[in-house]
Amino acid sequence: MNTLETAENPEKLRRIAIDPVSRVEGHGKVTLLLDEDNRVRQVRLHIVEFRGFEKFIQGRPYWEVPVMVQRLCGICPVSHHLAASKAMDMLLGMEKLTPAADKNRRLMHYGQILQSHALHFFHLCSPDLLFGFDSEVAKRNIVGIAAAFPEVAKKGVLLRKYGQEIIRMTAGKKIHGTGSIPGGVNKSLSKEERKALLGEIYTMVSWSLEAVGIVKQLFESNREFFENFGRFDAKSLSLVRADGAMDLYHGDLRAREIDGKKIFDHFDYRHYWDVISEDVKPWSYMKFPYLGSLGPDEGWYRVGPLARISNCDFIPTPLADRERREFLEYDDGRAAGATLGYHWARMIEMLHAAENIKDLLHDDEIEGEDLIARQGERAGRGVGVIEAPRGTLIHHYRVNEEDLVIRANLIVSTTHNNQAMNEAIRQVALQYLDGREITEGLLNHIEVAIRAFDPCLSCATHALGRMPLEIELFDCEGEKLSSASRSSEGIFLAQ
Amino acid sequence: MKSFLLDGERISFEEGETILQAAIRAGKYIPHLCFHPEFRPHGSCKLCTVKIAGRQSASCTRLAAEGLEVESETAELNAERLLLTQMLFVEGNHFCPSCEKSGDCQLQATAYHLGMTSAHFDHFYPNRPVDASHPEYLLDFNRCILCSLCVRASRDVDNKNVFALAGRGIATHLVVNARSGKLGDTDFAATDKAASVCPVGVILKKGKGFSVPIGSRTFDKKEIGEWVDTRLKERT
Repeated sequence: MNTLETAENPEKLRRIAIDPVSRVEGHGKVTLLLDEDNRVRQVRLHIVEFRGFEKFIQGRPYWEVPVMVQRLCGICPVSHHLAASKAMDMLLGMEKLTPAADKNRRLMHYGQILQSHALHFFHLCSPDLLFGFDSEVAKRNIVGIAAAFPEVAKKGVLLRKYGQEIIRMTAGKKIHGTGSIPGGVNKSLSKEERKALLGEIYTMVSWSLEAVGIVKQLFESNREFFENFGRFDAKSLSLVRADGAMDLYHGDLRAREIDGKKIFDHFDYRHYWDVISEDVKPWSYMKFPYLGSLGPDEGWYRVGPLARISNCDFIPTPLADRERREFLEYDDGRAAGATLGYHWARMIEMLHAAENIKDLLHDDEIEGEDLIARQGERAGRGVGVIEAPRGTLIHHYRVNEEDLVIRANLIVSTTHNNQAMNEAIRQVALQYLDGREITEGLLNHIEVAIRAFDPCLSCATHALGRMPLEIELFDCEGEKLSSASRSSEGIFLAQ
Repeated sequence: MKSFLLDGERISFEEGETILQAAIRAGKYIPHLCFHPEFRPHGSCKLCTVKIAGRQSASCTRLAAEGLEVESETAELNAERLLLTQMLFVEGNHFCPSCEKSGDCQLQATAYHLGMTSAHFDHFYPNRPVDASHPEYLLDFNRCILCSLCVRASRDVDNKNVFALAGRGIATHLVVNARSGKLGDTDFAATDKAASVCPVGVILKKGKGFSVPIGSRTFDKKEIGEWVDTRLKERT
């Protein structure tokens, strides 16, 4: 583990804060402590809000949970919706879903993977990747991309829209729907909906393939930089299918060492606490999960696209699997261990999602009418694990005999990546900031490393309404009429 | 046939009918929550307040009379109805986003009808634990609007007196008629009229929430005024 977590004499050091970290979901900040020679002595990613979901769903009925907990997030609520549903399936002994229910849930999930990955790559990260990390800050955003690369921006927006349409059709709403219920789903895809989605799916597959090509080209253009930026070695964790294939909806846990050796394989996630523990540090509201057998210092790991691509034995769709092999072999595997390799892996997953959606749409059972599984033996608890866009997501509930939740534990994707993100920004600080005069462009390097993980800080903790904000109102001539701001302390100023 | 004027339109009525009953029969919607065509009016929610000769009156309890000139669809009355609805929202814990009655809830549908976009007032956030003691039904007191329909149904139709309103004024609350205060200790049954009469999300069949997809719920398909009209026609 990197030694920059805690400096010895912090009171004598100069402090720089990046607050908030921009173009990520939720609110986090980075603090850097520098000595008089601008040498970096301490780097921390802090998550400064508190998430109270585990507490306030206590006392609520179990069937409400899949709808309530998805309010954790507006980017990938479907992950929470489905993870909670899977937990309740287990609670009710209904884990064996009907084919129609299983396929509609998968369609919803892969629709979400598609939209979330498209949002992250095109809207949030392409400005850094296509303009440069220290390019003009006013243009380093999706509006700048739309002006300079209109075709790229258009495809990004339409890919996301397609994924959102799938969610609307399967869940009832684009954000915070109700489609998945304990034991199944409340609707299947209609003939008209299926036809509409089929009409565009081949375009989506082809655009996803192009997106993989964009990242590949970026690596080609400056291989050394892309492979070494914020590079660190880490173990990896993800779900894999029984045959070792990538499966983002269901599977068993697999963890690998840095050299690829398996630490455990096909571990039943219903007992996740036997292999995963959580550590707490006084400077962050976000916990630090680790593989219990290895302890907090050695047991931390990466999750998400990079971990999943390396962890699985193959991807069960042809185009994505071809890209996976090329990615793993690129420069003797150097790209597959790079922090910026997350982008490449993420686009391969987007392609896999598009191919998966195509297959599901060609399956007649997607219109099936048998939507709810038969109830089996009731258990006192339910555990649901899913591979959310950002990584492994764990929902764990205990429910009493009156059907009320009495305990909940959520370990979300971004939380698993907590130590990994801290490692990445410490490496970047040493590589690019150490001993230099700090500029906005250099500080953005830190943010670029965080963004590679696609963190969802509002899932990992939960914003309580103190997001710093500036609003300016202009008339049609461009004259500023008024402005207002709210600081991270919640102080509101209107002018 | 005798008649009165509702917003300038002639409405005929039968002897003993209230203004609201006659209006609904004529296909005219006056917002209401505690009124139900199968029960004696209660006159408590005050949403159906109309103006007759400059004076306000609850149309669910005011008997129709020949020649009355009744105002209902006025900006002033709808503004007051909106305020009353907002107060109902803040007195309880009405979290529509995670409520299984969303889309089937008369309070929510009425709020939409009245153009409510925010609760306006500070929330009370009362602490009201749910009662899940009954094997088939759950009571979520957080959403109670004190319409007393369950009280009337249990007393007048089921002959059980499972529910009652206790306390006075702002402290009024729904109670269950058992020594323990728990529904599981009463003879409440799924077949009771009281089990299906709640206009909001208090009396709920366990394990059934969210089984109807968005788009197929009651008020996804009909605005509440149209639903009230259809409900009456289906009964007659």
